[in-house]
Amino acid sequence: MTEHTPHPDLAPPASAVGFVGWLRSNLFSSPWNTVLSLFSIYILYLAIPPIISWAFLESTWIGDTREACADTAGACWVFVKVRMDQFMYGFYPESEYWRINLAFGLLIVLGIPLFIKRFQHKGKLAAFILVFYPIIAFQLFSGGNFGLEHVETSRWGGLSLTLVLAGVGIVASLPLGVVLALGRRSQMPIVKSVCVVFIEFWRGVPLITVLFMSSVMLPLFLPEGTNFDKLLRAMIGIALFQSAYMAEVVRGGLAAIPKGQYEAAEALGLSYWKSMGLIILPQALKLVIPGIVNTFIALFKDTTLVLIIGLFDLLAIIQQAFADPDWLGFSIEGYVFAASIFWIFCFGMSRYSMALEKKLHTGHAR
Amino acid sequence: MRSLFFQILLVAGIGFFGYTIFQNTLHNLEQRGISTGFGFLDNEAGFGILMTLVPFDETYTYGRTFLVGLLNTLLVAALGIFFATVIGFVMGVARLSKNWIVSRLATVYIEVFRNIPLLLQIMFWYFAVLRPLPGPRQSIKMGESVFLNNRGLYLPSPVYEQGFWLVMVALALAIVASILIARWAHQRQEKTGQQFHTVLVALSLIIGLPLLAFLLAGMPLSWNMPELQRFNLTGGMVVIPELAALLTALSIYTGAFIAEAVRSGILAVSHGQTEAAYALGLRPGTTLRLVIIPQALRVIIPQLTSQYLNLTKNSSLATAIGYPDLVAVFAGTTLNQTGQAVEVIAMTMAVYLVISLGISMFMNWYNKRIQLVER
Repeated sequence: MTEHTPHPDLAPPASAVGFVGWLRSNLFSSPWNTVLSLFSIYILYLAIPPIISWAFLESTWIGDTREACADTAGACWVFVKVRMDQFMYGFYPESEYWRINLAFGLLIVLGIPLFIKRFQHKGKLAAFILVFYPIIAFQLFSGGNFGLEHVETSRWGGLSLTLVLAGVGIVASLPLGVVLALGRRSQMPIVKSVCVVFIEFWRGVPLITVLFMSSVMLPLFLPEGTNFDKLLRAMIGIALFQSAYMAEVVRGGLAAIPKGQYEAAEALGLSYWKSMGLIILPQALKLVIPGIVNTFIALFKDTTLVLIIGLFDLLAIIQQAFADPDWLGFSIEGYVFAASIFWIFCFGMSRYSMALEKKLHTGHAR
Repeated sequence: MRSLFFQILLVAGIGFFGYTIFQNTLHNLEQRGISTGFGFLDNEAGFGILMTLVPFDETYTYGRTFLVGLLNTLLVAALGIFFATVIGFVMGVARLSKNWIVSRLATVYIEVFRNIPLLLQIMFWYFAVLRPLPGPRQSIKMGESVFLNNRGLYLPSPVYEQGFWLVMVALALAIVASILIARWAHQRQEKTGQQFHTVLVALSLIIGLPLLAFLLAGMPLSWNMPELQRFNLTGGMVVIPELAALLTALSIYTGAFIAEAVRSGILAVSHGQTEAAYALGLRPGTTLRLVIIPQALRVIIPQLTSQYLNLTKNSSLATAIGYPDLVAVFAGTTLNQTGQAVEVIAMTMAVYLVISLGISMFMNWYNKRIQLVER
């Protein structure tokens, strides 16, 4: 009796595995897909080589003057290089740049332990960063004490101003947004209606009219003679505006917490603020991290609007550099530079929020 | 008791705050010699506006500048919403495509344009792309009668001749008839289960009837072509570069957000729905139309309206490049000329508030309506 031995499996056809197989299943699986793929490849062929040759192959990086770019067909990055200091620090006096560097360096050094898992005192450190760091940073930026030269806010500018505006906006809008969201869900009718009106008002108007209001109407509202710093006015406008959006995001989180959690907290005898702070908010905020970060990103992008009321943030200072008669005609380089900086920050924030979401995901979400 | 105390405190605080501001404002206005009230709206404006949809020149009033600005804002918002929706739906579906290269391209588009400030994009299109274009004599020609130069985009404009109203009447009739047919077909299907090719019939009605009227009336439509003269182009219609830049930036930027909304909406419909539909014997096209899209729309539409609202509010960035929208014309030039800061800003904000509250009310109504469907 002979035992039946099955024929060994044939290897899959060459067209179904490996690179060819991948191509067949991903790009050319049907006639329509083939057309789409070929069309996309054609578009890439039209777009990518010129961009690469403009930005890298034929661009000029070396030199200090316009003459260096006289005979290049590509980008003239010399323009950005020559103005780099201004793009970063605005009209801040050159001898004092170290103060800005120190302020941001300090923030990075203080911030690093927050990302180290084994570090024990994260809460205390975070509180220190939120409460004392702004004071130190303000002293460094503005000066006037400790023998530092005073630098008016009108001379602040560039990327450092953008970061200051965004930082202040983020730090101010989150707590304000949480308070407004709690107020909107409050049992007290007057508190609730005040919060609703506040939130809907700010969400209903464009930021630019808010900034206009802060620059032309605020001086009318204040007692005669009081003068408000322009930068501070912009900061207040941005913070109030974004806090309304933040409130709506947080409210979404609060609404998603099951009622049992509220009742359990109450049953334990916790007061309103304790039950909110210890039970509800930690869960609610965790749920809406993507929304919160999206609001931060929107805030970061919105800081460019201060250009319209005459502050020199990164975009404004680049725009202003185009008017230099020595460097006319390099606007594309400038915009590309600004866009890449904004893009890196915003994209980085969105990726970080994704990572954070994954890390904090403790299995409640379905 | 405690809550009552809190609320009284809050009311008192707000009241005091409001009163102080009111008093300060009155005092400051008096000091500067600015009279309050809306009387200034009847005064002659004395400045020209780059682009107006209604007749306007220096002799019209400030009130008219409000109307001009409002119409320009609505124009750019309507066009922007149209283009952003088209871009957004195409890109959102493309991102979910099984075709690797198509989905990658859509992802790159979304991630790039979502993360760059809109103002920067507007200024890029205006100052770096449209402004440096050659003058009218060296216009870039696209086809025979479309010209692009630093004064704008020149397009042929339609000229309606006598008898064109017939075509419009035919179109209206066709639309009404299609709606009636759709209703009848739906009722018949409910009763007997027999289906009717509503879409095909409606399409042929809507295209065929006006076409017939057009031919019968002797083709009462001609095109006014832009032509190159010695120094400029004449004829046709022109899209000023300010409008073109604003529209491009707004559509591309908002399109990226709409694409994400579309994607999340489609992903929100669980795969079991598709499988169940297949199990019932529905074909892929029918599944998409009757099962997936209605459920996805429930997620997409709220996000879509909020993006439309954002686009409308973002159109106020027109100020940066000088497109004469409501904020640029009214809260800009008119405010500077009259000094009536309180009235002008209040009117401007009121316009945006009315638009956004109106849309929120629509949203609440819509959300309630679709919640009834849910079981």
